[in-house]
Amino acid sequence: MAVTVYVPSDTTACALGADEVAVEITAQARVRGIDIELVRNGSRGAFWLEPLVEVETHEGRQAFGSVTPDDVAGMFDAGFPGSCRHSTALGPVDEVTWLSRQERLTFERAGVIDPLSLDDYRAQGGYRGLERALTMSGQDIVDEIKQSGLRGRGGAAFPTGIKWQTVLDTPADEKFICCNADEGDSGTFADRLLMEADPFQLIEGMTIAGLAVGAGQGYIYLRSEYPRALRVLESTLATAREEGFLGRDIRGSGQSFDIEVRLGAGAYICGEETSMLESLEGKRGLVRFKPPLPAIEGLFGQPTVVNNVLTLGAVSTILARGAKYYEDFGTGRSRGTLTVQLAGNVRRGGLVELPFGASLREVLEDFGGGTANGRPPRAIMVGGPLGAYLPASLWDTPLDYEAMAEAGGMLGHGGVVVFDDTVDMADQARFAMEFCAVESCGKCTPCRVGSVRGMELIDKIKDNEARQSNLGLLDELCETMIDGSLCAMGGLTPIPVRSAIEHFPEDFGIADER
Amino acid sequence: MAVDREALIRDLVRQFADVPGGLLPLLHAVQEALGYVPPEVIPELADGMGLSRAEVHGVIGFYHDFHVSPGGETTIHLCRAEACQAMGSRALEAHVKARLGIDYGETTADGKYRLEPVYCLGNCSCAPSVRIDDDVHAGVSPDTFDRLVEV
Ligand SMILES: Cc1cc2nc3c(=O)[nH]c(=O)nc-3n(C[C@H](O)[C@H](O)[C@H](O)COP(=O)(O)O)c2cc1C
Ligand code: SF4
Repeated sequence: MAVTVYVPSDTTACALGADEVAVEITAQARVRGIDIELVRNGSRGAFWLEPLVEVETHEGRQAFGSVTPDDVAGMFDAGFPGSCRHSTALGPVDEVTWLSRQERLTFERAGVIDPLSLDDYRAQGGYRGLERALTMSGQDIVDEIKQSGLRGRGGAAFPTGIKWQTVLDTPADEKFICCNADEGDSGTFADRLLMEADPFQLIEGMTIAGLAVGAGQGYIYLRSEYPRALRVLESTLATAREEGFLGRDIRGSGQSFDIEVRLGAGAYICGEETSMLESLEGKRGLVRFKPPLPAIEGLFGQPTVVNNVLTLGAVSTILARGAKYYEDFGTGRSRGTLTVQLAGNVRRGGLVELPFGASLREVLEDFGGGTANGRPPRAIMVGGPLGAYLPASLWDTPLDYEAMAEAGGMLGHGGVVVFDDTVDMADQARFAMEFCAVESCGKCTPCRVGSVRGMELIDKIKDNEARQSNLGLLDELCETMIDGSLCAMGGLTPIPVRSAIEHFPEDFGIADER
Repeated sequence: MAVDREALIRDLVRQFADVPGGLLPLLHAVQEALGYVPPEVIPELADGMGLSRAEVHGVIGFYHDFHVSPGGETTIHLCRAEACQAMGSRALEAHVKARLGIDYGETTADGKYRLEPVYCLGNCSCAPSVRIDDDVHAGVSPDTFDRLVEV
């Protein structure tokens, strides 16, 4: 009987050579007359171990880490895919502590199943949430989401149930579900991982959202930087349609819902929800004034749910297991699980799903394992390019929305980027301004022009040109950006800038008086 | 050639004319087929979509992805964002520009490579990242870059 061998098809795994490893495994098996069935699973998100090859055995799946094409012949010589002693062998994948220490809810199936297989998805608990939702009223579904305490995972952390209630309560002939898959924050890849590793979960979550609020059409606004995710989504949407999980009369329920993927075109601002709606309408991504809220007048002027990929992913878990189950994870007003994405200069980077509440330091110590190059870590950017740079003295901050805000930053989409002691924080502050200048939609002067002015001021400060007065001007400029920006692009860019100055004054030539 | 292009544009416009918000997918399709959006076809795109030329120009200009001049055979996207910076992308950027002899937005003299900045490829645990056409490469050093491209 054929032995099942898994080689991930995820972007990062492939960037590290997984396709070549798959080719080599197939070739070696053929030459040696060994019958294998090669499955391209998604990734479990343990990117530091990619390409992570697995073999199905009577004692569960056995893992082989950081496999290169050159390793493959030696692995077969040592007994692969049977029991095998080899330097890449990690033992049972379920005992890899980096994975077993996590609390996988949303990413439960990631890397376990073949992402393109609806049968795999259903065999591992998929579509149970939809089955239940099909027996419930829209209001009951919305109540379940409210009770779970789910808050949006895209950055603003708005209670999802309340948003859905508004859309449900707004009468209209047409309503929409828009999934925000623009994932623009550096240091984040959880949306991508979910779409590439367990896409049916997103499709299921969107379908449940459609049933809840009475929407017939969904869109996934996917950034163009994710070509693999696009291929996976197109294939799985077609499968879901063929099998009656999308389209008219879903599973004989009489209810209809369909989903289309739309590609972005390389604009960070299109992750802002109203800019995204403009872009979906085929226009420039200029941010809209609010009100009206998208929940009342969204896509093409109709009531629209806009939710992040992970928010919609969590919906299927909540419906399948009940609000209570989900709510029992977490702390304070941050319920459920948080997906930390460990990135940058970190030894063991990847996706870490945990109940809210662990501290940054715990995550770094238990999972990160220090920097990639062994130098001391110095600054950590949490929450993407609009989040704060935190010094070691703030690494005990718990990873929940309120605690992070108290520390002067934000949790955002959960990106954690580690920098070592060679980082120049004035360069990082300058980049924050530059990024704002490049990606501003252009509507507000403080954002569009202020950011350029900010770059110039930081250049002067670095060159010790009227340093004190330019630091004062930079601070005033930050204030103007906060007060005079329509959205968080211009309004939050001062956060990385100010945190860099406050916590790392020596990099700006300010004598440290503490 | 010119006739082919006209027919292609006509077909694409017909395909997207009735799609709600169809201009972005149309521009992607044109660029996919031709490598860029030639300025000469803009009037036809505008007419077909019931928009003014200025509106179509405005949309093309707003998005980093769309180009109105032909690029290279291959597009290299170099990640400039924070996670890659933390792993030495600033040095890689200097190397790449020197090696190719071009800046962002430019194409090498032999027409082989166009260099573009990108802000995150979602490969942030294994930085620095470079995308060459649709393939993302992880942990790219100046040396590995030299092996990926032929100059
Ligand atoms: C500049 C900017 C960029 C944003 N980028 C994203 C993004 O890439 N993905 C996302 O889900 N939300 C992003 N957001 C937040 C969205 O505006 C919105 O709050 C979110 O999509 C709502 O979904 P949620 O409630 O499920 O989080 C961004 C906001 C701003 C101001
Ligand atoms: S703050 Fe910047 S990105 Fe946001 S609306 Fe104003 S100009 Fe546009």
